[in-house]
Amino acid sequence: MSESLQLTRAQRDDLRTVAGMIVPASDEYKVPGADDAAIQADILATLGRDTKLVATALDHLARLAGRPLAELEATKRDAVAQEFRKHGGAAAATLVRVVLQCYYRDDRVLRSLGLELRAPFPRGHVLPDGDWSLLDPVKARGGSLRRAP
Amino acid sequence: MAESPGKRRGREEGILKKDPVDVLIIGAGASGAAVAWSLAETKMHILCLEQGGWMNPAEYPSTGRDWEAKFYGEWSSSPNVRRRPEDYPVNDDNSPIKVVNYNAVGGSTVMYTAHWPRLHPSDFKVKTLDGVADDWPIDYDTLTPFFEENDRMMGTSGLSGDPRSPLTHPPMPQQPLGLSGAIIAKAMNKLGWHWWPSDTTVATMDYEGRARCINLGHCTPACAQGAKSSTDITYWPHAIRAGVELRTHCRVREITTDENGMATGVVYYDKDGIEQFQPAHVVIIACNGVGTPRLLLNSKSDRFPNGLANSSGLVGKNLMFHPYAQIYGYVKEPTDSNRAPPTCLWSKEWYDTDLSRGFVRGYGVQFVRGAGPVFEAVVSEQKGILPWGEDHHRVFRKLNGHRLGFSAICEDLPEEHNQVTLDPVLKDSHGIPAPKINYTISENSQRMMDHALARGREILETAGATDICVNSPIPWGGWHLLGTARMGTDPKRSVVNEWGRTHDVKNLFIVDGSIFVTSGGVNPTSTIQALALYIADQMKQRLANLFD
Repeated sequence: MSESLQLTRAQRDDLRTVAGMIVPASDEYKVPGADDAAIQADILATLGRDTKLVATALDHLARLAGRPLAELEATKRDAVAQEFRKHGGAAAATLVRVVLQCYYRDDRVLRSLGLELRAPFPRGHVLPDGDWSLLDPVKARGGSLRRAP
Repeated sequence: MAESPGKRRGREEGILKKDPVDVLIIGAGASGAAVAWSLAETKMHILCLEQGGWMNPAEYPSTGRDWEAKFYGEWSSSPNVRRRPEDYPVNDDNSPIKVVNYNAVGGSTVMYTAHWPRLHPSDFKVKTLDGVADDWPIDYDTLTPFFEENDRMMGTSGLSGDPRSPLTHPPMPQQPLGLSGAIIAKAMNKLGWHWWPSDTTVATMDYEGRARCINLGHCTPACAQGAKSSTDITYWPHAIRAGVELRTHCRVREITTDENGMATGVVYYDKDGIEQFQPAHVVIIACNGVGTPRLLLNSKSDRFPNGLANSSGLVGKNLMFHPYAQIYGYVKEPTDSNRAPPTCLWSKEWYDTDLSRGFVRGYGVQFVRGAGPVFEAVVSEQKGILPWGEDHHRVFRKLNGHRLGFSAICEDLPEEHNQVTLDPVLKDSHGIPAPKINYTISENSQRMMDHALARGREILETAGATDICVNSPIPWGGWHLLGTARMGTDPKRSVVNEWGRTHDVKNLFIVDGSIFVTSGGVNPTSTIQALALYIADQMKQRLANLFD
């Protein structure tokens, strides 16, 4: 059994809700929210060694909310999220990081950012050589090494 | 891998792995590889034991779409996060700076930024010049030929002629200035401050079988292109062809000694976890500033009750990290982001002592080009500049691809209370006591860091940056592990002599960063390897009377 399956149904529901609060969908930028089904599936499939801390974070979130996060009215949900973000420690930071690292590798999101949908290797990138005459003032100023006896 | 002459001889005699070797090197990283290659020409039977294995570039992070995510897990720079079987845990709870390293053939050169400054000549004489710490027992000129040899072997790129740095002759041209470099250069010129293209070990053209850099960008956690120099692809192929045997997945527990106080070999665990004894006539430790004192302190005996080579009581003491003061911000124009090697320029404007600044000694600066989207999102959310909710997208687009960074490498002076000891509880997977770090940042270092942050802010603001953030120290910035088995002529005040031999054990040598007397204000790997080559040269010159 993979570690990702250790999250309960209730935890997965809260994870989806909080992910959508971190990064909501946007018509303006034509991107899904982090609660999108494909992004959630990526998160659950790749939780791996983060499962334990994410589960801890979700337990903390559940205690703060007292019920499924999605059932809270908006103001209360925002207050819970603020408290979670402020005092959630390493577990909350891990949850947020897991959400963001899956969100910012989604094809639709990368396309919206104007980034290529590929790994860096093997094509790499082209870097402009730049204007090396910028170094002329440094050469003109010169300088010296501190002398050692 | 070709079978070494020693291995072949052992097989023929039916005593594989048990025949004494002439030289046993512990650790196949930066210094172990260099000393192995240099000694190979003696045709002695040389064996290196490495706790990690060979790396497979096809599995490096930049080959996958999850290249950034891996940095938070199996490719973390922290062994405590990474937790690969080859790693050992480090208790660094009592340190604001956490230890980072890599354990494999190539060691931490597999996972480094490839920034390649040298110590300056003045760094070897800090007591004489500034009245602090101690002078080294050797000087820069002694190491010059070994710096040059090492630059050829590792394959460096750069621009010769920096008036504020020691003269170097990189065999390859410097990296492109890029978008980020140009913005930084203009700001530095406006302020009238020194900058120069960094020497790096990133190949900018095809070199010695290595392909040139194609700007994968994600250089630190290993280079899939092989353009970043790590010793598994530089020194080791040459050393193995010359007959050195490299045995991987072998973790050394202790160095053994005889009744005369000479090293007799090592006890290690092989790849199957079986305890083995490997006899040797000479033992060389190349485990760097945490691994080396850990091994010496774990090698206690009746004759050496405080650990091996520790009559001075200084094994593990004087740990120097280089506290990194980092400041970064966001400019309106695009930067190179993750589309180039992270470091491109350095500055030595504040390298030398100027007491009017409120501290002694100084710092080097490395400028950073930018970050990838995942890293940007995660770090900016943690810093509180990237909001949750509707405004997330607008702010992220302002930040992503617009970052510029400044990192000051502050010279850490040696202080005995900063030390590596053995943790009474924590052990590695073989049951060997783990290292424990006790470290505090000195007032001098703190003033230096504050000064650096103020200068960094001026530079960033001159470049038009906003949303300026600070990491001081960089918490996961314990890359440079120095000083814990220092070099000197006085056996009461040092662990090894002026050519790397321990004062207490005449056939035991140390060649890594632990022998640094002071740390300078630059990345140390170039100097570590030059020292290793120098010590190997000294050994070759003294072969007839090595133990006198």
